[in-house]
Amino acid sequence: METLYQKLEQDPRYTEGLKACFNCGTCTAVCPAAAVSDYDPRMIIDLVQQKDEAALEQLLRSDTIWMCGECLSCKTRCPRGNTPCYIIQALRALSIEGGFFTDSGQGRKQLALKRTIGEHLLEYGYCIYIDEISLDMYPEQGPVWQWFLDHRSAILERLGASYKMDRAGALRNIDEVTMNELRQIFEESGAMKRFEKIEAASEEYARKTGSRFGEGKDEYFNRLYHGNEAGKNDE
Amino acid sequence: MMNKNENWERYQKEIADDHYYFARSCIRQNFFPAAEDLFMKILRDVLHKDIFDDPKQTSCTGIAYHSGLIPMETTMSVVARQFALMTEAGYRNFVCSCVTSFGIYTEVLETWKHFPDTEKKARDILYRSCGKRFEIPENLVHTSDIIYKFRLDIEKQFRYYLKNQIDGKPIRVVDHIGCHYAKIFPEKGVGGAEYPYVLAGLTDAWGGEQVDYPERRHCCGFGFRQYLLKSNRGYSITNSKRKFDSMEPYRPDVIIANCPGCTYFLDRWQYVIAEMESKTYGENGYGIPVLTYEELAGLLLGYDPWDMGLQLHQVAVEPILEKIGITFDPDQKYTGTNGESMGSPASPLHIKSV
Repeated sequence: METLYQKLEQDPRYTEGLKACFNCGTCTAVCPAAAVSDYDPRMIIDLVQQKDEAALEQLLRSDTIWMCGECLSCKTRCPRGNTPCYIIQALRALSIEGGFFTDSGQGRKQLALKRTIGEHLLEYGYCIYIDEISLDMYPEQGPVWQWFLDHRSAILERLGASYKMDRAGALRNIDEVTMNELRQIFEESGAMKRFEKIEAASEEYARKTGSRFGEGKDEYFNRLYHGNEAGKNDE
Repeated sequence: MMNKNENWERYQKEIADDHYYFARSCIRQNFFPAAEDLFMKILRDVLHKDIFDDPKQTSCTGIAYHSGLIPMETTMSVVARQFALMTEAGYRNFVCSCVTSFGIYTEVLETWKHFPDTEKKARDILYRSCGKRFEIPENLVHTSDIIYKFRLDIEKQFRYYLKNQIDGKPIRVVDHIGCHYAKIFPEKGVGGAEYPYVLAGLTDAWGGEQVDYPERRHCCGFGFRQYLLKSNRGYSITNSKRKFDSMEPYRPDVIIANCPGCTYFLDRWQYVIAEMESKTYGENGYGIPVLTYEELAGLLLGYDPWDMGLQLHQVAVEPILEKIGITFDPDQKYTGTNGESMGSPASPLHIKSV
C-alpha cells in the first residue's frame, strides 16, 4: 500500500513546491492568512519536510491546510525557491482523496464550495452566476446589488450584456454542446469523482454525528456556509 | 549584479500587437458586466484592433481550483479546451480578462514545460471529452497589458486628463495589482512583482500621481475559499482594511485595479467597513472610488459613465468624476435603455452614495 508521502510525491505541485526549506519565515512574514490568523506556512513546510507519516496524516485531518488564501505571495519571496502554497494545494487534494477532510471544521466546508462554485460550473459554465447571488448569502454586495437584481434584465440590456441570450457577450447562455463538453471534461479528469467523494464523506460524517443531511442548500449546507450564530465553524 | 536597466529589461514582456482571442472573466461578467465590452470597444474603436469574443468559451475554473475543489487535471483540460477554441478560430494571441485566469493559464503552460506528462494527459482528456486538439498560444497576456502597451495611443484621443480641476494638481492614484498577475511568475508581468508598472504606467502617462503606501503590494484578501464561504470572510475584509488604513494618510483620489476580484473587494469592503464602523476613507463621507484600467480610460475618453456600468459600483464614483471635470447627467444614473426610471438603490447609512 502506498504511503501518504508516496502519493504526495506524485503531485507536481509538491515536487515543485518543496525544494529545501531552511526555516527563515519569509513566507509567514508576507502571508495575508498569517496576518489575520495564527496560520503559519513556515511551520507547515517544516513539518512536511520532516517526512513523518503520522504527522502528515494529522496535518491532513486539521483545519491548518484550509487557512491559506492561495494568493501565492510566498512564491515570489521565498529565497530558496519553495512555494508553500503549491504544497498546500497538494495537501488539500490528498486530504480529500484520502477522506481526511471531514475531520476538520474547515475541511468539511468543502461541501459548501462544491454545492455553490462546483454546481454553478456544471449548471451555467461560470464559477459564479448572478441568479445565485443573493444578499442573504453575500450581504456585502450592498443595496446596489439588490437594485441590480431587481432590475437585472433592463440594466443588462442597457449595458449591452447578453444575459439569458444565445449570442456572444457577458452573461450569455452557454450552449448545450459546450456545457456537455465541459461536463465530460469534469467526468474524464476526476472532478466528478471528487465531487461524489465530497458528498459521500460529508454524508457519512453527518450520519455519525447525528446531523440531518439532504441535498442542495439544506440546513447542513447553511451551517457550513454561514457558520453558527457566533460566526465560527459548523459545530 | 545586474544594473538597473538590465533588471528592468528582465521584467518587460512581449505583448502582441493585434488579433486577440478574448477570454472572459466570471467575476467581471457578473459584478462589472459592462467592463469587458468597454475594453473591446476601446480596442476596436480607438485602436482599430481585431479581437474575437467567442460564445463557446467557459469559465477557466480558476476560482474552483484555488478553493481546493477540483483536481489540477480538470483545470488543465479546461484550459486546453479554451486553447483549442482559439486554435479553431484561427488566433494565436490569447488575452484574458481575469487575473486569476491569467495566473491559471500561465501556471498551466509552465507546468506543461516542466512536467510534459501533464500536457500529454490534458491533451488526452480533451480529445476523449471533446474530440479537440490545440496549439499553444504564441502570446499570452492580460487585458491590462494591452491597455498599458497602447496607453499613449489611447491618450491621443482623451477628452480629459488625470488633473484635479479643483486644485490644479495631478489626481492621486492608488494602483492595486492582483496577486496572480506577477507574484507567481514575476517575469510574466510588466515590471515584475516588486515594482509592477502595468497600472502605474497608466497613471504616469495620463497625468496622474502615483500613491506609494506601505501596504501597496499586500493582497486585497480574496483568499478564494476565505471569501466564498460567508463564515470565512473575516480574512477578506481584514486584509482589505489593512490596505485602506495604510493608504488613507496619502489621501488618494481613486483606486485602480487590474484584477476583477480586487476591484470588487476594494469597492464592497469600503461599504461594509462604513456600515460596521462608520468609517469612510474618501472625502466628505464618500469612499475612495474604485475603477478598472479600462473604466479609467473610458472616462478620460469621454464615454458616459452610466453606459460603462459605473452605477453598479457600491462606492459612488461621482467624487472622481467631479475632480477630473467630467460632464455627466446624474438623472441618467439609474435609468434603462430608453431613459425609463428604475428607481434607485437604498442608501447606505454611513457612506454617501450620491
